[in-house]
Amino acid sequence: MTIGLGHYLSVGAMLFTLGILGIFLNRKNIIVILMSIELILLAVNINLVAFSTFLGDIVGQVFALLVLTVAAAETAIGLAVLVVYFRNRGSIAVEDVNLMKG
Amino acid sequence: MILSALFFYLFAGICVASAVMVIVSRNPVHSVLFLILAFVNASGLFVLMGAEFLGMVLIFVYVGAVATLFLFVIMMLDVDFTELRSGFLEYLPIGLVIGGIFLAELLLVGGGWVINAGVAKSITAAIPDNVSNTEALGLVLYTRYIYYFQIAGMVLLVAMIGAIVLTLRHKASVKRQDINVQNARTPELAMSLRKVASGQGLQDADAPEWVQ
Repeated sequence: MTIGLGHYLSVGAMLFTLGILGIFLNRKNIIVILMSIELILLAVNINLVAFSTFLGDIVGQVFALLVLTVAAAETAIGLAVLVVYFRNRGSIAVEDVNLMKG
Repeated sequence: MILSALFFYLFAGICVASAVMVIVSRNPVHSVLFLILAFVNASGLFVLMGAEFLGMVLIFVYVGAVATLFLFVIMMLDVDFTELRSGFLEYLPIGLVIGGIFLAELLLVGGGWVINAGVAKSITAAIPDNVSNTEALGLVLYTRYIYYFQIAGMVLLVAMIGAIVLTLRHKASVKRQDINVQNARTPELAMSLRKVASGQGLQDADAPEWVQ
């Protein structure tokens, strides 16, 4: 019963799918959408680290570290934009975001 | 060996289960707490794989910083979250369809893959046997990937400044210290001598501008 690369990749795949599902299920709640994006990035990190350790190449962990950095920066900016948007509009519902008629 | 398999299934099970709870729980605060649980268990998986440094960083960054940020924003914004949840069942079929397609694709890819034997020869930086994971990471990160490391630092700096610039607001009602104005004050500007009529006192209209 050895735990191989495939086991970790399955966990990554499940987390990635759950993240995508979360974006679709919580279409109106942008905070949960941001959390789903965090889940997706976590799945990517698990994949990178799994390949890194099972192939014996440490560069994957360097990439995982960079992904972690970008994820943290993205969350900070996203939440700051959210706070500013809430101040201006008094709501964070995604379907109200139609000022640019996009 | 059996113990590590046991811990793998424990961490993986809790991680996936809490990821499910993140996307289905009614209260966003519960979502954040389950996100923390998912990340703690993922860091357990990292430790099982032998990436202790990344496991620790995952806890530092996500539990310490990102989850706190989420909690702050959720508690600061006065939003009716039940109203935001109203379309949940409406989007469930399409979400399940797309999620199912995606998972099937991943399983098809995962079922068919083999590792190319030539990959062992093309390893960029092999993990050394005699040093710890943190040291091995540092040996590569600070030499071969120093520019990437510094760019990551710049990304964090830009994110920090951007978040501050976006959320900082200057209210007119808040009095702030202005050193230049303080230094520019002279006795002539700051005080004036008045003759006060007996029994009447100073009228408000007589007061200099800086008092009003």
